[in-house]
Amino acid sequence: MIEIKNLTVNLGDFLLEEIELRVEKGEYFIILGPTGAGKTVLLESIAGLHPIKSGKIWLDGREVTRLEPEKRGVGFVYQDYALFPHLSVKDNLLFGLKRRRQPKEEREMVVEWLAELLGISQLLERSPDTLSGGERQKVALARALSISPDVLLLDEPLSALDPQTREGVQQELRQIHHRLKQTTIHVTHDFEEAIALGDRIAVLGEGRILQVGTPDEIFHHPNSEFVARFAMTRNIFAGEVRDGARGEVTLTVEGTELEVVTELRGRVHASLRPEDILISKEPLSSSARNSLRGTITSIADRGATLYLTVSAPPDFVCLVTRRSLDEMNLAEGGEVYVTFKASAIHIF
Amino acid sequence: MIRNVLRWIAQRRLTITFLLLGMVILLFILIPLAKMIFTQSPSILWDTLLDGEVRSAIWLSLYSALIATAVGLVFGVPLAYFLARHSFPGKRLVEALIDVPIVVPHIAAGIALLFIFGQSFFTGRAFHAVGIDFVFAVPGIIIAMLFVSVPFLIDSAKQGFEKVDERLEKVARTLGASPWQTFVRVSLPLAKRSIFGGSVMMWARGISEFGAVLVLASYPTIAPILVYDRLEGYGLDYALPVAALLVIICIIIFVVLRTIAYRGERA
Repeated sequence: MIEIKNLTVNLGDFLLEEIELRVEKGEYFIILGPTGAGKTVLLESIAGLHPIKSGKIWLDGREVTRLEPEKRGVGFVYQDYALFPHLSVKDNLLFGLKRRRQPKEEREMVVEWLAELLGISQLLERSPDTLSGGERQKVALARALSISPDVLLLDEPLSALDPQTREGVQQELRQIHHRLKQTTIHVTHDFEEAIALGDRIAVLGEGRILQVGTPDEIFHHPNSEFVARFAMTRNIFAGEVRDGARGEVTLTVEGTELEVVTELRGRVHASLRPEDILISKEPLSSSARNSLRGTITSIADRGATLYLTVSAPPDFVCLVTRRSLDEMNLAEGGEVYVTFKASAIHIF
Repeated sequence: MIRNVLRWIAQRRLTITFLLLGMVILLFILIPLAKMIFTQSPSILWDTLLDGEVRSAIWLSLYSALIATAVGLVFGVPLAYFLARHSFPGKRLVEALIDVPIVVPHIAAGIALLFIFGQSFFTGRAFHAVGIDFVFAVPGIIIAMLFVSVPFLIDSAKQGFEKVDERLEKVARTLGASPWQTFVRVSLPLAKRSIFGGSVMMWARGISEFGAVLVLASYPTIAPILVYDRLEGYGLDYALPVAALLVIICIIIFVVLRTIAYRGERA
C-alpha cells in the first residue's frame, strides 16, 4: 500500500502541488496525464530519487519520506529500460540480489524463476544491446521485480515499443500482475493503456491530481474540463467481439452490433476518434461502413469545432465544424446518422 | 574518359583540397620523427640503451610519470565525477582553471611550483618536516609532471562520466546499491575507457615534460633533460640517439595503450 499526503515537488519551471494518493495493496494503479505533466518526477519522488519540498509518503505503513532510495524497496522501470550496458542480462537481474547478500543458490533460483516468468530464459547470457525493445522491457521488468519490491513503478513502460510489441507486453503486464498481485503504479499518457490495465486511474494535469476513479468513472463522468477534454479525445466502449455469420467480425456494444477489424475475440475495449465519425441527415450506405441512427443529446462548443454527443446507443462523441453544424441545422434532440469505417475502431 | 576523370575530380573538389592540406600537416609531423629514428643506426641505438645513465634517466621518466598519473587518478577522478554530475555557479570558471596548466608556459608553471614547494613557503617546510623534499628530488619531478599533465585526465574522465546515463545510477539505487556501490559498480565501469584513455594521455604527457621539471628538479635527471644536457655539453651527435630512443619508447607506449583504450570502439 502507498499513501501520499500533500506532496509538493519543485520542478524548476513548475510545481507538482498537493498530491494526495492512496494505492491499495495489490492494486494496478494508473497515473494518466499529458507529456510534461510531471509524471516521471512523481514516480522518482516515490522512489526517493527526487528531492521533495513538502509532504509525506508511506509505503506499507512505514514512512519513507526521507529514506534513501536503496532502503525503500521500490522497483523502477524507465521508459527506455535503463539496462546496465556493461552487464549481461543475467548480471542485470543479479544486481539487486547481490546487494541483498542472499546466498548464491537462492539468487540463482530467483533469477531462474524471473526468467521463466517473463520468458527470457534464453536471453540470460546476452548483452542488453543485442536485445529488441520488447525483450529489453521484459528484462527491465524482471530486474525491478528481482528485489521483491513493495511497489513497482513503471514510467511509460510501453511508449517506446512499436504497436505490435506494445500489445504483447501489455498482455504480459496484465498476466504478471494477475499472478503476483504486485502493487503497481504505472504512468502513461495513453488512455487506452490506462483503461486496459488500470484498476483505478488518477488523472494528473497542471501539476495536480484532478480526478481519481475507475476507468469507467473517469471516462464517463469526468469531473473537470481538463479531464473531459482528455477523455473526449476518443470514444471508449466496452463490448464483446464475435465472428459474424457472413465472415465479418462484429463488436456488440450495449446491444448495438458494429462491424470491426481485429484478431481479438471475447470481452474487449474499443476506441473511436471523434474526427473519424461522419455526421449526416440521411443514411450513407456502403458495405464497409457502420451507419447508425441516433439522437443528439448534447452539443459542446469548443470554438471553431464542436463536440456532438449522439446516442444510438451507445453514445458517440463526434467532431463537427461550426459550418457543418449550421448547414445541417443540427440541434439537441435532432436525429442524425453516424457513419464510420470498420477499421476506424481500434480494439484493445 | 578524361572528361569523366575531370568531372570526378570536380565533384570532389572540397574533399581533395582538404585531403591535400591535411597531408601537409601529417607529413610535417611524420617526417622529422621518422628521420630522427631512421637515420640512427640500430647499433648506436643499442649502445645508447646499454648506457647506464640513459637507462636510468628513461626509467626515472617512466615511473615518475606513472606515479604522477596514479596521484592524478586518486584526486582527479572524483573531481571529474563531481563536475559531470553537478552544476553550480562558477562551474565554467572551475573547468577553465583545470585547463590552465596546459596553456601556461611550463617553465612558468615550474617557477610557480617552486614557490609553493620550495623551503621558503610553509607547505614546502611542512613536507620537509615529514621527510619529503621536492627541489632536486624525485617528488619534485612527480609534482611538476602532475601539474602540467593532470588536466588531460580530468577532462577525459569528466567526458566519460557525462556519457553515463544518470538513470542507470538511479535504477542502481532503487535496486539497493548505496551511492558508493553505485559509483563502483555502474558509473566507474561505464566510464573506465575514458578514464584509461585520459590516464594514457597523462602518462605520455608526463614522460615528455621538460620545462617544469627543469626548474624544480633538474637532478635526478629525467630523459628529456638528459637529451638537453648532452645537446648543450657534447653537441647534436650525442643528443640524437637518446632523443631517438625516447621518441621510440613514447610512440610504442602511446600507440599500444591507446589501442587498448579504444579497443572495440569505432574510430
